[in-house]
Amino acid sequence: MPGLLAAAFALAWAIAHHGWLNPYQQQILMYVGINVILTASLNLVNGYMGEFAVGHAAFMAVGAYVSSLMTVRLFPFQAAPYLFPLALVAGGAAAGVVGLLVAFPSFRTRGDYLAIVTLALNMIVKSAIENVEAIGGPRGFLGMQRLTSLPWVFASTALALYVLRNFIHANLGRGVLAIREDEVAADLLGVDTRRVKLYAFVLSSALAGVAGGLFAHVVQFINPRSFDIIRSTEILVMVYLGGIGSLAGSVIGATFYTVALEWLRFLGQWRLAIAPLLLVLLMILRPTGIMGLREFVGLVPRDERGLRGRLARLGYGTVDSGGGAAPSAPEGSASPHGPA
Amino acid sequence: MQFLAQQIVNALQLGSIYALIALGYTLVYGVLRLINFAHGDIFMVGAFLAFFAAVLLDLPFVPTLLLSMAATALLGVLIERFAYRPLRNAPRVSAVITALGVGLFLEHFTLASVGAQPRHLPPLIETVVYRLGPVRVTTVHLVIFIVAVVLMVVLDRIVNRSLTGMAMRAVSWDKSVVPLMGVSVDRIIALTFAIGSGLAAAGGLLYATAYPVIEPYMGVLVGWKAFVAAVVGGIGVIRGAMLGAYLLGMVEILVAAYLPSTYRDFIAFGLLLILLVFRPQGILGRREVQKV
Repeated sequence: MPGLLAAAFALAWAIAHHGWLNPYQQQILMYVGINVILTASLNLVNGYMGEFAVGHAAFMAVGAYVSSLMTVRLFPFQAAPYLFPLALVAGGAAAGVVGLLVAFPSFRTRGDYLAIVTLALNMIVKSAIENVEAIGGPRGFLGMQRLTSLPWVFASTALALYVLRNFIHANLGRGVLAIREDEVAADLLGVDTRRVKLYAFVLSSALAGVAGGLFAHVVQFINPRSFDIIRSTEILVMVYLGGIGSLAGSVIGATFYTVALEWLRFLGQWRLAIAPLLLVLLMILRPTGIMGLREFVGLVPRDERGLRGRLARLGYGTVDSGGGAAPSAPEGSASPHGPA
Repeated sequence: MQFLAQQIVNALQLGSIYALIALGYTLVYGVLRLINFAHGDIFMVGAFLAFFAAVLLDLPFVPTLLLSMAATALLGVLIERFAYRPLRNAPRVSAVITALGVGLFLEHFTLASVGAQPRHLPPLIETVVYRLGPVRVTTVHLVIFIVAVVLMVVLDRIVNRSLTGMAMRAVSWDKSVVPLMGVSVDRIIALTFAIGSGLAAAGGLLYATAYPVIEPYMGVLVGWKAFVAAVVGGIGVIRGAMLGAYLLGMVEILVAAYLPSTYRDFIAFGLLLILLVFRPQGILGRREVQKV
């Protein structure tokens, strides 16, 4: 796995350095990576934890604005390319802090109310940015250099997936899955549900902030409208297209959606009408998304593969919903969802 | 004082429109436990249908209203039949995502077929200004208020006094036993969608009458706000939706009147968050006890 990653990173570097793909194709690849981060991080909350958060673009906005402010206003022009990772981390941290603010009201509420809280947050963040003249208000903010490159996107995406993978398969992650199946039962079994939710929310929002920072430095122009509820909906679509509770699904969903929308460009405005129609069809025919709880081998830690894999093949731990709805594992399967 | 009274008239107008849309959310939620995220876009389609009825068929106000309500009710039933019914026993999240998908489809279908440029609804009501002391009340204010209140009273009667309403409440209480009473759950749910979508269309026409610009994305923000209104009042509770809608209308108009209008969404949604922290079930909602 590390060898494969190193080779992929070298390839990403070579493409960017030697211009093997034209700038348009490179840009699409970068969007794919950014969308993978967004999708995978939202999947932690929506897919693995079974909550329903809808305002992911808010965290992206915080990350985009904070990191852009740093590279444009704080860092000297020449040093900005070297300090770029610092800006990304700061953007992620700021988004994480905002995620903390969402986590608290969400403890008091359950189910659909998290949707409302995150939706309200999305509106509030957008409206707040519009009202601050110092960062351009509704006109937006520009002046960023094009600091995001393919290797940066690749490294961030790989790191995000790695962190999420380890989180999900750590003790905290088992708590996350337990909350999805039944929050009350998880609480009774000694899962510190507040702490688990807090960590999951903060991690998810921080990663979205990093993605926002990358996004801002690709397009070099951000305005509040880039982070409205329509963008959030798009992220949701990618999550459910790929499959809930699956990192591989997030990768596939984000890639498929991003690339397909580019391919369909010849349809003009109709392409945006066809994409949601496909989503509706997908939900009716295959409600768990393309991957639906299955995982690629590389995205499961090695010591997790044996027993859980066998249990999954025996039919234990394959759950149809995972969406915060009724838990429906077969009788007696105490084991959570194994990768197939 | 005079300024405040005028703002209250404006708030009643906005609140009436929100109320009609919020009722659709709350009806569908009450019966199906589904947040119908496509509802805002149904409102938008209703406004466009009214626009075409008014422009192409050259209809006056009342026939335009009835026609767009009927056509949009049919649309609601079709959406329920083909998008939501296959998912009735699926996990709830699938249905919610489908609703998001349907909403996006309606937006972009409208965008692709009628274009992005904003349209102007021709004035269907002759504007006459009455002066109640210092306060200006126009026929538009009056018509909007009266139409909304009439529809709300009719709905309240249907739900609380008629056999159909009793069946709707029964489905909302427990879907599994209703068929045993000889009531077709499918028909009741379809009817709920028809009523909710029809009310949204009425909201669409009234909105286009008050703020005469219509465009394909108009349903997004208005729809979310009506949803907020339904939640504030207690989602699933019909009178709560009306109360929440008028409260939200009041907050928005007062914020826009006394502060820079760009703070409107900020404060409206901020208040929503604060309310949810203290009363997650909404003002008139009952707390659901989770049984273990």
